[in-house]
Formats: sequence, structure tokens, C-alpha cells
Amino acid sequence: MSIEVRVPTILRSYTGGLKVVTGTGDSIADLLTNLDTQYPGLRARLITEEGGLHKFVNVYINDEDVRFLGALDAKLNDGDTVTVLPAVAGG
Amino acid sequence: MARFDSLLDACGNTPLVGLPRLSPSPTVRLWAKLEARNPTGSIKDRPAVWMIRAAEAAGRLRPGDTILEPTSGNTGIALAMVAKLHGYRLVCVMPENVSAERTQLLRMYGAEIIFSPGPGGSNAAVAMARQIAEEHPDWVMLNQYANEANARAHYESTGPELLRDLPTITHFVAGLGTTGTLMGVGRYLREKVDGIQIIAAEPRYGELVYGLRNIDEGYVPELYDATVLTRRFSVGTRDAVLRTRQLVEVEGIFAGFSTGAILHAALAVAHDAARAGRTADVAFVVADGGWKYLSTGAYGGTLADAETALEGQLWA
Repeated sequence: MSIEVRVPTILRSYTGGLKVVTGTGDSIADLLTNLDTQYPGLRARLITEEGGLHKFVNVYINDEDVRFLGALDAKLNDGDTVTVLPAVAGG
Repeated sequence: MARFDSLLDACGNTPLVGLPRLSPSPTVRLWAKLEARNPTGSIKDRPAVWMIRAAEAAGRLRPGDTILEPTSGNTGIALAMVAKLHGYRLVCVMPENVSAERTQLLRMYGAEIIFSPGPGGSNAAVAMARQIAEEHPDWVMLNQYANEANARAHYESTGPELLRDLPTITHFVAGLGTTGTLMGVGRYLREKVDGIQIIAAEPRYGELVYGLRNIDEGYVPELYDATVLTRRFSVGTRDAVLRTRQLVEVEGIFAGFSTGAILHAALAVAHDAARAGRTADVAFVVADGGWKYLSTGAYGGTLADAETALEGQLWA
């Protein structure tokens, strides 16, 4: 199971400057745990101490917001692309 | 009756048109709500009229007052028109990386513009406007991101119009910026239509726009309530441009790029319904026309060229 993860500019200090990294996991929670072993500190920037997704972080599986797919329990399939973005306003 | 006493009275009641060529089947239909047919050419005329009227009713605005607003363009243009007709001065805080036409239109309507840094997008404009508001306590910041009259404009006008024109509506798809359209229409339709799906399409810009210093500088509009939504899609520049071109080529509707992003999400849910063998009436918002974006050059050339042309721009 290989998941491509796109990392925003502001978190690339954790990935050695890499824009796209690869991780594994059956769910977003598993994926973030796996990524944290490769890139220590990354998970703590995305997950709060209470264990939920950070308010100002959006995570998408194939362009769909995981908060509407079960949040951290959202299921992953081989070949999925996960995108992490900071929350920005429009209008 | 298509006669109105003033331009402001001509706000809303926009056409809902079927898209027979883009619809997946005769039982899964797409419908476009043509918000470019509002007085200043975008959906933002509705919140602009509602927010100014609400501030007047509350005694917050008096003739001669100065309105201050962070905006990436359409809200500013709409407010500038209403402000001109009601006798207010308007100061807009706008990211420097928006299309040239938006600046020209604002100035034509007599608005003053203070530019905020491009990196950081609208977040930076909101932060700068808050700072300016502190320095000018007599200025009135309507703050579209937190103003309940923004969402109420859609609860009281856009939502009822959609249900009147399409009683069989199953899905509503709109762009997610201030979240006003989705919150207002979404709440209205959820009260009236069992099983209605409310779908958000959020523009995903080039990287420069996300150049915040850290995650804690992110921003979620105060109006946003995730429980109103069913699904939320992030749509990249390439898909938005592709769909914007498809809409004009196949159905003859010339729209801005945010509409392309919305259409992309609308097609996704429509095809989901078709694959599942369900009937569906999917209504989506055409937020504005393409006129204000011609200078970007993104309507011609290859998709890669268009993506490059829009890199670093707030195209929605």
C-alpha cells in the first residue's frame, strides 16, 4: 500500500524540503503515524493534543476533504493521493 | 415583470438553466444558476446589498460613513456599487495578486484600494483590514467572513429561488470562500428538502498563495459550519480551467474560473449518482462571468500555459 502525500511549503522543513513524500497506512491516522516515523515532528503539526485534526489544517484524499469521509478514520486505498493544505479564506 | 425601480432592486432572481450536453443522462441533470446576471456581474451583489441594509437598519451606517472591507474582488465591486448609490466611501483591502480588471472596476466605482501582500492571499487581507480598523474606529468593517447578513442573503434569496425553480433538486454545489453561499442556501434547502446534498468546491491555488509562516496563521471564516455540508472538494487550477473552457465550449456559458472549480465538483457528484443508478437534479452556481479574467490569458493556449498564467493568482 503506497500513498502519495503532497506537503505544503510551510511543512517542508519536516520533510527535508520534499514536496511529495510516500507513506503507507489503511487510514489517515495510520498514514500520519507512518509518516512521523520517516519525518519526525510532522504528525504533531497536523494533529492536536486532543487527537483531532488541527483546525487550520485541511487534508484531502483524491481532492475530497477527509472531515467528510470519517476524518482520521477515513480509509485509504493503494494509489490514493493525499494533499495537506493550510486553511485559507476566499471571497 | 422585469422592470425595477432601481438597480439594487434588480439584484437576484437570476435564471436557472439546464445543461443538457454536460448532464450525464436525462435523469441525472445539471442546472446552472447564472449569478453573473446580477447588477455588477457576480453572486456577491446579494451579500453586499444584505450586509449594507442590515448595517443601516442597526444604525451602524449613516450617509457619508466609510466602509472598510477585505476582499479579493467581487465583494468589493458589489459593495462599491451599493456604496455609491447609498452615499458611502469604500476602502477595500485586496491581495495584490488579483486580476487587473478587479482593480480597474473598483477604481471606476470610486473605491479606494489598499493592497495586502500576495503570499497569504485573503488571509493577509483579513489581517491587514483588522489592523486598519483599529486605527480608524469610525470606519465600518462589514466583514463578509463573519457577517450573518452574508449567509442570510442566500437563505432569503438564492435558496428560495432554487427551490422555486427546481423543486426536485437533490444536490446544491457552490464555491467555498466566505462560506456565505453554502451556509445560507445549505441551511434553507436542508430545512425544505429531505436528503438534500450540499457540496462545497474549494479552489486550490498555486503554492505561493499558501505561503503562510506557520499553520496557526490559517483562517476559517466565522460563518463556517461544517455540519451544513455533505462533501467538500478541493479543486486545482488545471481542473478549474479545464471545466471553465468546457462550460463555454459545450454549453455556451462564459464564466470565471471559480465556476470551473464548482462545475468540476458538480460533475463528480452527478456521475456518482449516474453510476449508482439514481436520478438527480444537481444545481450549481455560476459565480461570475469570465470578463474580469481575460487579462490572465488563461482562456487560450494549453492547460499547462493556463496553469502557469494563474500560478500565484487568486483566481476564484
